[in-house]
Amino acid sequence: MNITALRAFVVKEIHHILRDRQTLTILLLMPLVQVVLFGYALRSDVREVRVVTVDPAPDHATLAIRNRFAATPRFHVVAARATMDAIEPLFRRGDADVAVVFEPGFAGRLEGETPPRLMIAVDAADPNTGTTMLTFARAVIAAQEAEWQSGRRGVRIDVATRMRFNPTLESVNLFVPGLIALVLTLVSALMTAISLSREKERGTLEVLLVSPLHPTEIIVGKVLPYLVLAFANVVTAVLAARLVFHVPFNGSLLLLLAESVLYSLVSLSIGVLVASKTPSQRAAMLTAMMATLLPSTILSGMIFPVASMPRLLQVVTNIVPARWFIIIARGIMLKGVGLEHLWRETLVLVAMLLVMMTVAIRSFKPRLA
Amino acid sequence: MRILGVMVRKELMQILRDKLMLRQIFIMPVVQLLILSSATTFEVKRASMYVVDRDRTPASTALIERLRASGRFDLVGASPSMSLADDALLSRRAGIVVSLPAGFERDVVTRHAATVQLVLNAEDGAAAGVTQSYAAQIIAAYARELGADLVPAVMPAGIVDVRARGWYNPELNYRDYMVPGLLVQLVTVIGTLMTAMNIVREKEIGTLDQLSVTPLGRGTFIAAKLIPLLIIAMIELSLGLIVARVVFDVPMEGSLALVFFAALIYLIAALGIGLWISTLVDTQQQAMFITFFMLMIYLLMSGMFTPVRSMPDWAQWMAAVNPVKHIIGVMRAVMLKGATLADIARPLTFLAAFGAVVLSLAVRQYGKRVG
Repeated sequence: MNITALRAFVVKEIHHILRDRQTLTILLLMPLVQVVLFGYALRSDVREVRVVTVDPAPDHATLAIRNRFAATPRFHVVAARATMDAIEPLFRRGDADVAVVFEPGFAGRLEGETPPRLMIAVDAADPNTGTTMLTFARAVIAAQEAEWQSGRRGVRIDVATRMRFNPTLESVNLFVPGLIALVLTLVSALMTAISLSREKERGTLEVLLVSPLHPTEIIVGKVLPYLVLAFANVVTAVLAARLVFHVPFNGSLLLLLAESVLYSLVSLSIGVLVASKTPSQRAAMLTAMMATLLPSTILSGMIFPVASMPRLLQVVTNIVPARWFIIIARGIMLKGVGLEHLWRETLVLVAMLLVMMTVAIRSFKPRLA
Repeated sequence: MRILGVMVRKELMQILRDKLMLRQIFIMPVVQLLILSSATTFEVKRASMYVVDRDRTPASTALIERLRASGRFDLVGASPSMSLADDALLSRRAGIVVSLPAGFERDVVTRHAATVQLVLNAEDGAAAGVTQSYAAQIIAAYARELGADLVPAVMPAGIVDVRARGWYNPELNYRDYMVPGLLVQLVTVIGTLMTAMNIVREKEIGTLDQLSVTPLGRGTFIAAKLIPLLIIAMIELSLGLIVARVVFDVPMEGSLALVFFAALIYLIAALGIGLWISTLVDTQQQAMFITFFMLMIYLLMSGMFTPVRSMPDWAQWMAAVNPVKHIIGVMRAVMLKGATLADIARPLTFLAAFGAVVLSLAVRQYGKRVG
């Protein structure tokens, strides 16, 4: 390897990157914005539920339940009606989430043989939110029942819960390790693919190929600056997560950085492979997006748990490098485990690296033909 | 008008000529829809359970059996050692540890109160919360049963017969909820990204200068660029709707025409953003990065994945001026709830106004930079 020539080439590459201010700004800003978005904005806890009550014949029992809803901070009673008419449009426009419907003669039946019926209808278009809102509404009614029944009791089994590794259930703790994977993929695979294919599109790659640089050196020179950039991004993301959101960091920083480099190299190889297989920047970009970005966000367990996916798709996730890296990053940051628990995932990444690198270097033809 | 026709035809030919692009435009979205709609679910189906039973009595065994029989918990291991259980959590073999203390049955019989400990791997906090509530519900049901046996003659008075209904999605199918949003994502990527890239490409190659010295007016040129992409985006939407209907059986409660009408209004805004980006940048790489960056924020803050109403107030204000949020709301309302034009008039008006403003700003900006 010709070190001087390689150094000159890397310097040229760095100039290319530094010259394009817009792209650079976005690249450096991206992890920060993402940490903030994921940390503050993306949460699925239900804050406020808008209730409509339908009470054809109010009595002391229905009023007790209605008052309980009104007094629960989470619930906001937006309308009280006597009939079911005109309830539906409220739901269709998205102005109400839950309808609590009483039957006439409610209080009378409460002391009788058959208990009174009460319907809770929730807007379940979003199944998650729907289920949660239903649980909250049931809890309000259960509390009222408990008041009516006080004095009579059965058997109680208390559940003591311990949430390990993320006791506050903060979603940001879950997302930050995934975010690191996303940023690394973006910088490594996408940028490399585009930068290489741009040289190809403009014809400057031919110039490089007739230079004394060996094709492998060209690849190394192309890849090295992006590796540094990716590294800077990991550090920004971890710092932002730590300082702004107090995301725990229980394991070894050194191990995380080493694993990040390993994962970056896998992504870079994919980027080189994509560039050598596609004819234009546009095609390279679209292919790289489909082949790396999409799987890294959707099929990696970053946002959506792999265990929830259909069996076939779960098998597919095994070939997504980000899936393994995210397990590693979460293990290090949240659980504080080391290689003794993560060697299997690390080995998978190493194997992927060897395969991808071989294929990428093979397919990077020294001739353009 | 005739010139516009010729230009539109030229643009369409240029796009359709590129076989690879064609594949990307028409096949990938279908694949994407197939994969994404299956993958984007927060539904927690099963959890792997490790049992630490230090009681080993009929009561404790029955409780474990209850959990297993629910179909929500797979027993992956059992031992009386908490440290072995902890190891299973650390190596991700188990998601939940159920620990029953010695004397569980005795406490149930004599004190009518006992404690069960649940330890969860809460790396994924939301999923852990769901798993925990499943377990708690099963345990509570078991306690009620024990109560009926051990404490007889509890009067049934003061009980309400609660019937729950999940409107618009009674089977709680997550896919039905995600597909309208994914369709929006599809047309957004095509509409915004392709518009930005397409114009910048002419700029990069230098053909934009050639076009600007032809008698072609600025309005005609922009219209000729936007109309083909509008057509492609609408074809994509149709393809997506067919896949949604045929493969996934996603409901279409409202009018199909209304879906297309709403999409058309939204696309004007999406294309306008693409055009505006194309005036700001010089290379395709920049166009791609800026578009990607903006789309990421737009999509994540749109309520596509997590409800807007769960966001903090500042994020809700941002969402209020986010066209993606409005169109996703409209699509969901029409497809799942059967909303009529009157029901969605408010968001549609916003989208139309947004589109008009963005497009006219972009056209003005375009004139400044190129003209």
